[in-house]
Amino acid sequence: MTIPNSIAITPELVASHGLKPDEYQRILDLIGREPTFTELGIFSAMWNEHCSYKSSKRWLRTLPTKGTRVIQGPGENAGVVDIDDGDCVVFKMESHNHPSYIEPYQGAATGVGGILRDVFTMGARPIAAMNALRFGAPDHPKTKHLVSGVVAGVGGYGNSFGVPTVGGEVEFDARYNGNILVNAFAAGLAKSDAIFLSEAKGVGLPVVYLGAKTGRDGVGGATMASAEFDESIEEKRPTVQVGDPFTEKCLLEACLELMATGAVIAIQDMGAAGLTCSAVEMGAKGDLGIELDLDKVPVREERMSAYEMMLSESQERMLMVLQPEKEEQAKAIFVKWGLDFAIVGKTTDDLRFRILHQGEEVANLPIKELGDQAPEYDRPWVASTPREPLPASKVPAPSDYNETLLKLVGSPNQSSRRWVWEQYDTLIQGNSLQRPGGDAGVVRIEHHHSKALAFSSDVTPRYVEADPYEGGKQAVAECWRNLVATGAEPLAATDNLNFGNPEKPEIMGQLVGAIKGIGDACEALSFPIVSGNVSLYNETNGVAILPTPTIAGVGLLPDWQKMAKVGSANEGDVLIMIGVDGSHLGSSIYLRDILDSLDGPPPEVDLDAERRHGNFVRSLIQAGQVTACHDISSGGLALALAEMAMASGKGMTASLSEQKGPLHALLFGEDQARYVLAVKADLANFVQATAEGAAVPFRKLGKVGGDTLKIDDVVSVSVADLTIAHESWFPNFMA
Amino acid sequence: MKSAVVQLPGLNRDRDMIAALTKISGKAPITIWQTETEIPDDVDLIVIPGGFSYGDYLRCGAIAARMPVMQAIKEKADKGVKVLGVCNGFQILVEAGMLPGALMRNTSLKFVCKEVKLEVVNADTDFTRAYAKGQIIRCPVAHHDGNYFVDPETLAGMEDRGEVVFRYAEGTNPNGSLSDIAGVMNRQGNVLGMMPHPENLIESAHGGSDGRGIFASALDVVAATA
Repeated sequence: MTIPNSIAITPELVASHGLKPDEYQRILDLIGREPTFTELGIFSAMWNEHCSYKSSKRWLRTLPTKGTRVIQGPGENAGVVDIDDGDCVVFKMESHNHPSYIEPYQGAATGVGGILRDVFTMGARPIAAMNALRFGAPDHPKTKHLVSGVVAGVGGYGNSFGVPTVGGEVEFDARYNGNILVNAFAAGLAKSDAIFLSEAKGVGLPVVYLGAKTGRDGVGGATMASAEFDESIEEKRPTVQVGDPFTEKCLLEACLELMATGAVIAIQDMGAAGLTCSAVEMGAKGDLGIELDLDKVPVREERMSAYEMMLSESQERMLMVLQPEKEEQAKAIFVKWGLDFAIVGKTTDDLRFRILHQGEEVANLPIKELGDQAPEYDRPWVASTPREPLPASKVPAPSDYNETLLKLVGSPNQSSRRWVWEQYDTLIQGNSLQRPGGDAGVVRIEHHHSKALAFSSDVTPRYVEADPYEGGKQAVAECWRNLVATGAEPLAATDNLNFGNPEKPEIMGQLVGAIKGIGDACEALSFPIVSGNVSLYNETNGVAILPTPTIAGVGLLPDWQKMAKVGSANEGDVLIMIGVDGSHLGSSIYLRDILDSLDGPPPEVDLDAERRHGNFVRSLIQAGQVTACHDISSGGLALALAEMAMASGKGMTASLSEQKGPLHALLFGEDQARYVLAVKADLANFVQATAEGAAVPFRKLGKVGGDTLKIDDVVSVSVADLTIAHESWFPNFMA
Repeated sequence: MKSAVVQLPGLNRDRDMIAALTKISGKAPITIWQTETEIPDDVDLIVIPGGFSYGDYLRCGAIAARMPVMQAIKEKADKGVKVLGVCNGFQILVEAGMLPGALMRNTSLKFVCKEVKLEVVNADTDFTRAYAKGQIIRCPVAHHDGNYFVDPETLAGMEDRGEVVFRYAEGTNPNGSLSDIAGVMNRQGNVLGMMPHPENLIESAHGGSDGRGIFASALDVVAATA
């Protein structure tokens, strides 16, 4: 019995596919007839925001994406950056926000699975993962459930797959109450001359389906398909996919084994919009048509329609164009790993995307227009109104600095994330040199005697909300700074832009402002964006999330033996601050968490100073002259010193007597381009003289020693008490 | 001396184990695939590494324990060849009946990856000779199902015979294991299973080399008798 493809296309059906009337008119003009039901599904999958970037593309184009080390910029499954010796690092970050809110465990798990697949599709073995998670207020009734499910899902997939999680972020804010963010990052290692791309080449070559079978899970995940038409899809199946890390691990090994045989011409993983998106991308990029015969697709459910097969988002699947003479060899590898291997179509020379099902042609569409010629919008936007300056003199000082510091280190957003990252395998592969909890995760390069890679993920959403441009700059600068704090040379970054509804001019203004800020900072810091993802419509009941452009960066350490850590300060080391005295309290943690105020503009990022200070710090670390290093960010100098003291398990005695300004601004100001260094006592004068010579502002703060953090006569808290406050919040919250 | 690492779909610390054995013995181990039914005669140490064999679906190690390669490993173990199972490898040995007891879900019900302390309860074994009895060593764990259980009578016998080889020490039991048990061996003393990952603490890059002794013991003894 055949499954019908002849459903009447009504305006309601079009609307429920997320297509606007003018977009539907464009479809009619393009194909000169009414689309079939399957074709409508294909258009909705390709032209939705998630796959087409139609609102953001115009602005994304302005980002710097080139650099001497960039081998592959945006547009492929992941970015590729040269790390010398014929090696390269392949990386990307991607969101899985909506699914994770609906079904936290599977949503987060498949987010991790998707990003890992993006990386190994390019021929790279994943070596590190991070995830940036943002939840609603701790006291919101759903928050604990979501934290518990998302963390378990991230761990469940990554641990089983076998990639170390080396960094990330976890934050709470009421603005994420109805829309959490799950941004997953993965990086892999490959040889620069063995990178695999999605561009198909050659006519009449077999298109091969690999991996897991196709089911009805995730149908319409990228579009949220039509309730009016086929209620069974919505009722019977969640739009959230279900992950199988075991199959993914087997798929990784099989793909790498197959790639080594030279059989692979082009490869694309099936992510959002599954078979549709992967086939169209391969054909459109290679200026080729693709013909698929759905009767050959391995399925795990009966009587699936063409529509369902084309829109299924079943996980752990790949599509590949293969050298025909190596077919048997390729098949043997997949059989060995217990995976499906099926020739489901061929490349053609007619630039059409043709789908056959049960002997009938159910879709015949122009492939270029589906793919790289999808609609693009220049949405109206308004710039955010700049905030009035907020001088520190107008911000009340705390009456008790000890109490304030203890409150900050033990607050929901500044407390230790150990409860989270102890559920992730941070050690697997045996190359983790710095695990979560420091400035950046560091992983050594296997089979090289000294090289390592540093990874960090950053953004300060409250800054972006207060000033999208400065906030965008700051996200890049902080990521760059965290890499530098280990001694790494920052190479390139990936961006994951999470915003509200772009059809609102003020939200579009946030997106535009942030992208401009990101672009300027990346340009100034020689830190190109090589891959990324945009997640829009993060709103619930008309309230948008905080604008959250997550930046994840990668840095290269030539010699990891010399790297600096936040917690490696030794007794007797001298503490030196690099950068200006703290002065800026607008949009600070002190203001938010102590005074319950969101006032003031964010700190401005002086990109020239950022670069100079960072280069100076890096040169010291790479010369082996720094024992410990930490960047100064949220919470200012006071929090930076407290974090170093706790991580080192040692007391510190610091004096701010040389510094100018109100005490609470010196301690809690969030001015940028700043670091705290611990150096051996006999190097202190040399380091200060070098800073002076390089015109880098610095202050000698004091010494490492004892078991108490003392700052002049205002702060005196034992490291033990700090640690108890710091480590208690998360486990108590989740208990 | 010759070592071998078992590779089953879903195991993921095989590469860590191969690296550790290579670094410590100076010689890469051979690898054994799931379908192999014969293991070369000159192999003196078979290691089943950690991971999630067959996705740990059904029960950790249950599917792996029934694969053809396990029969071959059993036969070798019966002949006295040393077998070391780490993490999932330990779970597989238990499921295969080569070691007593069972490994249940951690009491926290969560995956846990952290460093713990181990007491070398028995230093007079082929796997622990490099340590002193009662020595406390550092070692990382990374598992979801490491909560060891065995019935009281069996446990009493195991304790008497020195088959409890490692115990979590200094209050670091991460999973609720009975009697803080972290690693046990069989009666003949040639099969050891342990939840912690000594292969992830063997060099300065790991921040220590306390795990080295297990491999040094197993490989050195092999060298002495070879």
